[in-house]
Amino acid sequence: MGGEREITLRVNGRELSGVAEPRMTLADFLRDVLGLTGTHLGCEHGVCGACTILLDGRSVRSCLMFAVQAEGHELVTVEGLEGPDGTLSPAQEAFSANHALQCGFCTPGFLMAVTEYLAEGAPDVDDEEALRARLSGNICRCTGYQNIVKAVRAAAADVRGGAA
Amino acid sequence: MKPAPFDYAAPRTLEEAVALLAEHGDEAKVIAGGQSLVPLLAFRLAAPGLLVDLNRVPELAGLRLEGDTLVAGAITRHRDVESLPGLTERCAMLADGVSVIGHVAIRNRGTVGGSVAHADPAAEWPSLLLALDGEVEARGPAGTRTIAAADLFETYFTTTLRPDEILTQVRLRLPNGRVGSAYLELARRHGDFAIAGAGALLRLDGGGRIDDARVVLIGVADRAVRSNAAEGVLRGAEPGPEAFAEAAEAIDGEIDPVSDLHGSAEYRRIVATVLVRRALARALERVRREA
Repeated sequence: MGGEREITLRVNGRELSGVAEPRMTLADFLRDVLGLTGTHLGCEHGVCGACTILLDGRSVRSCLMFAVQAEGHELVTVEGLEGPDGTLSPAQEAFSANHALQCGFCTPGFLMAVTEYLAEGAPDVDDEEALRARLSGNICRCTGYQNIVKAVRAAAADVRGGAA
Repeated sequence: MKPAPFDYAAPRTLEEAVALLAEHGDEAKVIAGGQSLVPLLAFRLAAPGLLVDLNRVPELAGLRLEGDTLVAGAITRHRDVESLPGLTERCAMLADGVSVIGHVAIRNRGTVGGSVAHADPAAEWPSLLLALDGEVEARGPAGTRTIAAADLFETYFTTTLRPDEILTQVRLRLPNGRVGSAYLELARRHGDFAIAGAGALLRLDGGGRIDDARVVLIGVADRAVRSNAAEGVLRGAEPGPEAFAEAAEAIDGEIDPVSDLHGSAEYRRIVATVLVRRALARALERVRREA
């Protein structure tokens, strides 16, 4: 039961393949099979948000999916955020500039959630409560939320300014 | 924290999925969004021999409004419903209710059909179905049948779906007329399961009296509750704090909360009463804003 199978998907624009049992989560597959250890695993049951990635452009918990389910899908992980020349994405740049990380463990998950939010045009970014609600799917145990909120605002201003 | 081994099948048609369930019986478990099932597997509270993944069955996808009926294929994501243009104006209770399911990343993946079939007594969808004259379609080896929301939810995590049936579609009737509605929850942290939640909908007649009302509750019984007693108080009444307080008190005999580390049964009763009152007040504000 549960024999291994070959899985092919696109990650950060590249087609990658690996072998996994059906019970292997997408998060473990990314880390242990594909060697993409930027995606972090905190709780492994969908609560902490550290393992958040983009699946076909939408944020999902990679610990709440099995690798076999991602066959043929398009993924972006934190490794895929920077430009080809190493330029940081607006979210990464803003997190760095605003000290929005302390130990950094939750940062990849936050960056993926924020990347999705910026792609949606950062709705309600000036509404403190709405913005915090939006970020509530990711937990920072250093509790550095002040600077995370600050960074998201800065990134939103940057993205909007750039678009104007 | 790693699931026990299982086999995996990703059928491409509904017929194939139904056949797999019929063949494997109790050993098989259906997975849609997996936002409830995968944690259960990770904790090994569930250890099925076979997972039948519905995500590649096109017949189960699709979300559309047919007249006043919202028709959602079982694998419609919560976020798809939330993103329907103008949903708050069309039915605020539905928009509010869906927007408090977990977090964005959960709503991107979790499905309407999955939440309904899982029948968590603290989940939002079962109560939305009860409030909005919902029904589901189920397909099994014997064919397709329609089940009204009132006949669907039995007790904790238990519906009247048979083990060999797959929930294929969810339908809700969106109200018309001078209508206002709201959905409120109390949770320890944003996105957590609610300690208690309440949805309310009011329709006023030409004279401004209530001619239809819906009151639903979650987290305060072994399943979602539609309060006939509260609705009875409201129908024909003058909308306002008095009627709302009386309706909120009327839920008492219809709920049966339990105590856990998030709150005592008594606390949940009080929270539910307050939420009903507030949801009715917000619903009324919205009727008047529309007018």
